Amino acid sequence: MSKVYNLLLAGFGGQGVLFAAKLLSYGGLIEGREVSWLPSYGPEMRGGTANCSVVLSEEPIGSPLVLEPDVLLAMNQPSYDKFKDDVVEGGVIIVDQMLVPDVQEREGVRLIKVPATTMAEDNDLKGLANVILTGVIVKESGCLDIKDVEAAIKKSISERKAHLLEPNIRALKLGYEFNDA
Amino acid sequence: MADKVLMKGNEALAEAALRAGCEAFFGYPITPQTELAAYMAKRMPKEGGVYLQAESEIGAINMVYGAAGAGARCMTSTSSPGMSLKSEGISYIAGADLPAVIVNVMRGGPGLGGIQPSQADYWQATRATGHGDFHPIVLAPSTVQEMASSIHEAFELADEYRTPVIVLIDGMLGQMMEPVELPEKKETKKDKPWAVTGHGGKRAQNVINSLNLDTPGLERMNFERFERYEKIKENEQQAETYMTEDADIIIVAFGACARVSRTAVDKAREAGIKVGLIRPITLVPFTSDAIEEVVDQAKAFLTVEMNMGQMVEDVCLVVAGRAPVEFFGHTGGIIPTPNEVLEQVEKLNAEKGGDA
Repeated sequence: MSKVYNLLLAGFGGQGVLFAAKLLSYGGLIEGREVSWLPSYGPEMRGGTANCSVVLSEEPIGSPLVLEPDVLLAMNQPSYDKFKDDVVEGGVIIVDQMLVPDVQEREGVRLIKVPATTMAEDNDLKGLANVILTGVIVKESGCLDIKDVEAAIKKSISERKAHLLEPNIRALKLGYEFNDA
Repeated sequence: MADKVLMKGNEALAEAALRAGCEAFFGYPITPQTELAAYMAKRMPKEGGVYLQAESEIGAINMVYGAAGAGARCMTSTSSPGMSLKSEGISYIAGADLPAVIVNVMRGGPGLGGIQPSQADYWQATRATGHGDFHPIVLAPSTVQEMASSIHEAFELADEYRTPVIVLIDGMLGQMMEPVELPEKKETKKDKPWAVTGHGGKRAQNVINSLNLDTPGLERMNFERFERYEKIKENEQQAETYMTEDADIIIVAFGACARVSRTAVDKAREAGIKVGLIRPITLVPFTSDAIEEVVDQAKAFLTVEMNMGQMVEDVCLVVAGRAPVEFFGHTGGIIPTPNEVLEQVEKLNAEKGGDA
């Protein structure tokens, strides 16, 4: 059985973690894999924290709830604090370092600090830190072929919003090319 | 083959219902079901059907009663507290022998409870959907694909047996997205000679009513209805079995719990424990045949549910003391984890002396 990817994306409601998770899910669909996307739902979505579980697998997916992520994306401090210890040995934690200032290195888990909010502002991509970070997830985890995530963006953005296509793809590539050195 | 799309369970079910020829939807918003009604609000008018948000769940189910009586393929959807409000209307629909589909996307209870996933309405769906002697048919899909694929069947069963059909799912399935191949459009509306459609004086008047003051007449109707239930029991049981052939321990679980349990079965098999899964797809009729088939080989049964232990009683009724039946569950909106189920399996295996 080939690798199952358990991804957990978390942040404040409105930062776009559900959309980022949808891009990864659509990427999996395009690759013909089994995919599940499970959001937290309810009052925590309005101004509180939101998170979304994504599973990419070759086999039918049992529980879609990710409790032991291979990849954690934290877009705010509370999400990082809540989930950092759940990440499995050999996993990776990706944070927006502007929004998650207080981090600790953990043995066996890679920590990638990305100035995603600043990168977005510097590149005229305001509000697309989530897509930049999606690029980082793909690069650091190898969970998907970046071309398929690009195709997922094209599928997820309706014709009515076609002007958003170019900046989203640019944001994805910016994240994918991000160098943690 | 149509392309797969990524859709929420609630939305996939709504789209599939439209493609199954649903002509009228009456509902009232409640989490975690709301996307279903919202999708219908957007799409139904374009399909030339009726979408109506009622003043309450009670209004909605009585609109279903009326539309069903007029011969329309119709449905409503809600979540647990709303289901209680609908129960009187469902009883009337059953009493008038009308086909209708009712979706319950369950949340934690009792009372207003919470909004997270639950299976605590199993008893309500299978035992006490309303007052009087009746059962609806109850379907329990466990994937987004199955939510889409089973809705056509739900309408067909309702028409065939002239009974309300409940599709019982939970908040997890309603809210999650999975790839789904939407079913083709099917126009298979059955002839409904009993419907009140206006007859221009050309035939005797049809009457839709659940009131019958003729005592022996009412008993006869109940007898007739239960003969239909016997046919349903004989012909419509559906279960999926997974790795049961050589299993010592049989997990019985439906909906979201079946998915969690399937992962637990895989993990236990890796550890050499002979465990299998029976997933009831129909809760009414209960899948007693599938359980009967393995009861002699089983050293123990384990039901996994998101409630305090409800379906476990139906398993006990079938097993009838021939093997121990254990229960594991969470309630209040918590989804059991595969590792928790695995732990239960390991414990049972040690106690009951499985091979590994």
